[in-house]
Amino acid sequence: MRKKLNEVDSGKLFLSGNEAIARGAWEKGVHFASSYPGTPSTEIMETIGEEYPEIDAQWAPNEKVGVEVIAGASFAGARVLSTMKHVGLNVAADPFFTLSYIGATGGIVIVSADDPGMHSSQNEQDNRLLGRAAKVVILEPSDSQEAKDFTALGYDISEEFDTPVLLRITTRICHSKSLVEAGPRMEVPVKGYTKDIAKRVPIPANARKMHSRVEARLKAIEEWGYSSPLNRIEMGDKSIGIITSGISYQYVKEVYPEASVLKLGLTNPLPWKLIGEFIDQVDSVMFVEEGEPYLEERIRSRFLVDGTGSELISVEGELNPELVRAGIKNGEELPLTFTGVELPGRPPALCPGCPHRGAFHILSKMKASSTGDIGCYTLGLMPPYNALETVVCMGASIGVLSGIEKAVGRSDMPKLVSAIGESTFVHSGITGLIDMVYNGSTGTVMIMDNSLTAMTGGQENPTTGKNLRGEPAPVLDLEKMVLACGVKYVRVVDPHDLPEMRRAFEEEFAREELSVIITRRPCIMQYKPKRITVAVHHPDKCVHCKLCVKLGCPAISWDAEKRIPVINETLCWPNCNLCVQVCPKDALSKDLEGVV
Amino acid sequence: MRRTKNIIICGTGGQGILMASEVLCSAAWRSGFDVKKSEVHGMAQRGGSVSSHVRFGEKVNSVLVEKGAADVILALEKMESLRWVSYLAPHGKLITCDVKIEPMTVNTGSAVYPDVEKIMDEMNIPNLMLPVREIAKELGNNRVVNIILLGAASKHLPEISEENWFQAVEERVPPKALEVNLEAFRRGRAL
Repeated sequence: MRKKLNEVDSGKLFLSGNEAIARGAWEKGVHFASSYPGTPSTEIMETIGEEYPEIDAQWAPNEKVGVEVIAGASFAGARVLSTMKHVGLNVAADPFFTLSYIGATGGIVIVSADDPGMHSSQNEQDNRLLGRAAKVVILEPSDSQEAKDFTALGYDISEEFDTPVLLRITTRICHSKSLVEAGPRMEVPVKGYTKDIAKRVPIPANARKMHSRVEARLKAIEEWGYSSPLNRIEMGDKSIGIITSGISYQYVKEVYPEASVLKLGLTNPLPWKLIGEFIDQVDSVMFVEEGEPYLEERIRSRFLVDGTGSELISVEGELNPELVRAGIKNGEELPLTFTGVELPGRPPALCPGCPHRGAFHILSKMKASSTGDIGCYTLGLMPPYNALETVVCMGASIGVLSGIEKAVGRSDMPKLVSAIGESTFVHSGITGLIDMVYNGSTGTVMIMDNSLTAMTGGQENPTTGKNLRGEPAPVLDLEKMVLACGVKYVRVVDPHDLPEMRRAFEEEFAREELSVIITRRPCIMQYKPKRITVAVHHPDKCVHCKLCVKLGCPAISWDAEKRIPVINETLCWPNCNLCVQVCPKDALSKDLEGVV
Repeated sequence: MRRTKNIIICGTGGQGILMASEVLCSAAWRSGFDVKKSEVHGMAQRGGSVSSHVRFGEKVNSVLVEKGAADVILALEKMESLRWVSYLAPHGKLITCDVKIEPMTVNTGSAVYPDVEKIMDEMNIPNLMLPVREIAKELGNNRVVNIILLGAASKHLPEISEENWFQAVEERVPPKALEVNLEAFRRGRAL
């Protein structure tokens, strides 16, 4: 049996950036963590949940609550952590900005995992800009070892300078693994709660003093940053000096090992004196950074240097060694033996057996559609469903549905429902529903309850009956919640009961009052089948209508020569019979194949 | 070994790409190298294209392999091998197999699955198209395709000893499935 990581206190570990952050928090004696899942940050909390029971960790309903709860724990003198994806910090921005004024009694590290390249996100925002606006300390690690070290050092900075620390990482840091030196956990006492109104109540009279403290704090940290191990000059060829941070540093070292480099780990406040010394020693300056030209704009507004980076390397997308090589070495590229080949795309798809498929299949059949939200069900936009047409942010499907009705009226509104998962509804859909009731909207809201926060890999939430550690927890009753908001018509439907699903949409579209359909069926990740039944095709009965193929199930492909469907038995999901339901001629059946 | 070794393992979500790259990293680390690897999480795992870059050597900086620099590309699905072919170094080895997984774009008729063998012939891509489906069938487990192919790739990574490979498989595979995975690795290495 593999040891739990909390039993390992020395030696090398091969960790992802996310796992290393969890490790750093644990080694530094962190007491408490509260977060909402979000790619690419999710595994930090999962690792704490699985490996480090000494940290009291919990899933929050959303990022704002997560930061508020860690704020309270910090007020009481605990070392605290909250992790989120970049857009999660938008949700948490309100407490985040004011917490900067209030400061940290117990050390506060907030992790923002930005997603340049949008592997799993709706925008590419660079949260160094948000961290700077909030006037907090920003740290940027460049590999897993630094992810661990900077997290740990973040608590020292936070407590010494009375500031929250924003650890800004990007997808490639989160999800790449490298070797990390393990250390033991240090136990630090929770300091305890003491009343301090002047520090913690930002009424204007107090907040003005707080702001002064924030400005003084930034000056002090800037000075500290000059000799801090977070920043270093690696002097090489003096004809070129590259200023960089985070993962970009690794690409620079890879493609231009002989260049002089100023590697910044502390990117707010910037260590101006060190930067000035570096610029004085090199003939020309270049900036390599993933995301916005944050360092470039700030440094060039302070020092009269000609250097650029954003004109050489795009601010769009994720960096890689090819882009950095071409950018800083005047278009250089490695010789290619083979050019790329044009291939069919392989976009993500709803899993075989996915409960959402039934609802989107019926919407598509009815030529109806949805205002969408953030989760697996965003894939309802893909063919063959084409049944989702707007996405803004977590929870927005409800407000957007309401707004369309406000603009054009119910009678001119196409057949639209809002499609929102139960976790997203709890995150920030509830207030949208209250708004619909309060302001007299009449649309249909569909809460797709698969009892799991699935898109991020399957996390518990307030509706699942389990907490982050898998222990029993109270279940939020969605029907009662919806009724309590003032909705009069609520119905629960199994989305794999296709006739019932269709009836629900037809009746609620016809109703000229606000209603909620809850589609309830567990995510396949929740379900451990005992019996394996797979769909079997009987070619003698097949009329080649392709209705089964049009379900968009990855387990069903089409043999164009024989004009019959082919069922992939490995992918076919036991607890699903959608293809059997849509087949008009009983050419598909679910046959018992065995017992696991 | 002065030069860093670059390996790309690719295929589709659910094929065990992360497991294969985990075993490779463990074997490289056991052999005394610095190792880095990248993974894809989140939306792409829902049946999309998945890849893992692995680099090992004395000191590794970038975690991503550069185009034109891969020593080995290991494709668990044959069309996916072509998606990465521009990453292959002049001396590089492209190892793929007879596993075909049609993407949704092909299922729904908006795209056609290409004739992979023909394209490779036309482009003069030297490839090893290994008959892993038959081997997996013989082993009675179609989830070991990843380890069979890793076994085949291991011959092209002489820096890592056989012992370290087997120890890495043992470390990373759940005990219940260990025997079949060790056999899968042996069968792949013998190809």
